[in-house]
Amino acid sequence: MITKSSVQIRKEWDIVGARQMGRNLAKELGFGTVDQARITTAISELARNIYLYADKGKVAYEKIEDMNKKGLRIVASDQGPGIHDLSKVMEDGFSTSGGLGAGLPGVKRLMDCFDIVSEPGMGTTITTIKWVR
Amino acid sequence: MEPYKFDVNNYRNLLKKYIASQDETSLYQAEQFSKLSMQHNISPEEIINVHIQALKELYPDLPVEIDSSMNFLLETMISYGLAYQEFQTLREKQGELESEISIAANMQQTLLSTTIPDIVGLDIGAISVPSHQMNGDYYHFVTDESNNLGIAIADVIGKGIPAALAMSMIKYSLDSFPETMRNPSVILENLNRVVEQNVDTSMFITMFYGLFNPETGSLQFSSAGHEPGFYYCADKDQFFEMTTKGLVLGVSDQATYEQFDITMESDDMVVLLTDGVTECRIGERFIDTEEVLEVIRKYMHLPAQEAVELVYRHFERLQDFQLRDDFTLIFLKK
Ligand SMILES: Nc1ncnc2c1ncn2[C@@H]1O[C@H](COP(=O)(O)OP(=O)(O)OP(=O)(O)O)[C@@H](O)[C@H]1O
Ligand SMILES: [Mg+2]
Repeated sequence: MITKSSVQIRKEWDIVGARQMGRNLAKELGFGTVDQARITTAISELARNIYLYADKGKVAYEKIEDMNKKGLRIVASDQGPGIHDLSKVMEDGFSTSGGLGAGLPGVKRLMDCFDIVSEPGMGTTITTIKWVR
Repeated sequence: MEPYKFDVNNYRNLLKKYIASQDETSLYQAEQFSKLSMQHNISPEEIINVHIQALKELYPDLPVEIDSSMNFLLETMISYGLAYQEFQTLREKQGELESEISIAANMQQTLLSTTIPDIVGLDIGAISVPSHQMNGDYYHFVTDESNNLGIAIADVIGKGIPAALAMSMIKYSLDSFPETMRNPSVILENLNRVVEQNVDTSMFITMFYGLFNPETGSLQFSSAGHEPGFYYCADKDQFFEMTTKGLVLGVSDQATYEQFDITMESDDMVVLLTDGVTECRIGERFIDTEEVLEVIRKYMHLPAQEAVELVYRHFERLQDFQLRDDFTLIFLKK
């Protein structure tokens, strides 16, 4: 069964909304406190990137409840400028925050699956999943 | 009981004991616990989580305010956890880089190696020690069929890998020049063009090139902005600076190099070096030429190779065994 929901990101305030929805879903799925905190941190990073670099976009959520696995899929998408050098961006220490573990490499660490599709000029879609342990 | 195992039970027992007695033993065990957690890549938020669970087990009636505050702390620590993980990755990467550099340094040593030739009537000693892994200094000896000796000594301004790469290029250019091209000024002019065309303008190379004729004892030489060497005249028991002029390599493709010559008599000596020798620093002070010559004088009666090594040891000690620059020294003793 898949349940979908999403939050539009237009202003900084929306980042909080995106976090809130993510946390609620994570709680419902039975994630522990540490994983809840990790998931919301990842959402923050993705939503803030949309707000900063793409102006607007959305964060969508899917509860995955299979027979044997439960998890949360988060898809952050926008029609912004796109990311030119993906491998550079995924390198540790590249982010403008000066490489304190945050940014996209941080999101990858916080989550279990991570994938980016980005076309310069067309936008960026980042898909990540966290499984309930 | 296995005191350091990372699980809630252990932590809870430790915490309970500490709260009851506030003893140093528990704190010492907490320290062990912390180190072990790091070894197992346990991030700070996980430690806090264990702490929260242990607290709740010890105090089932924990005030809800304390509980919330602990959750707040956990959220606050997430970024520290990420930074810690990033640090681990970077440390691994650094290890890889270091081993790559050491392989490159070995390769450089093989590529740039030169053997000191046997020249009747000339005792040669040479030493070159990099201050880091890769050497930005270079020396090279070649002989031709009439036993003339070509001597090159060079220094790349700049250190590390770029300097080492530039040096490999110099070596291969030198090797590719025809054997008939022996004239120091011509060699430098040709090298200058190679460097000018192939090397970034931010990188300068200084070089001394000499050609020694064992029959006559004459040493012809030219220099491209290189640290001047010294000629020791045994007759006068005096050192003379081998003054030259010439632009460093790679600055202008029009550069020309004046050629000089001296004739070496019995017991005379020529000292060639790089600025790692003359700009040796003791504390805040550069040593002066007189001091360098004094040290050279102290050892120069010895066989040339032994002498250069002892001079090197002397300066190495003087600088507390931490060379600030690559160090290259050559003695040619007649
Ligand atoms: N949605 C996006 N659209 C366009 N460019 C993006 C997007 N997300 C990230 N980028 C680009 O990728 C770079 C790296 O992003 P990342 O989030 O890793 O670090 P940062 O935002 O620069 O710094 P930090 O997130 O650590 O404060 C950004 O600087 C930006 O240029
Ligand atoms: Mg960012």
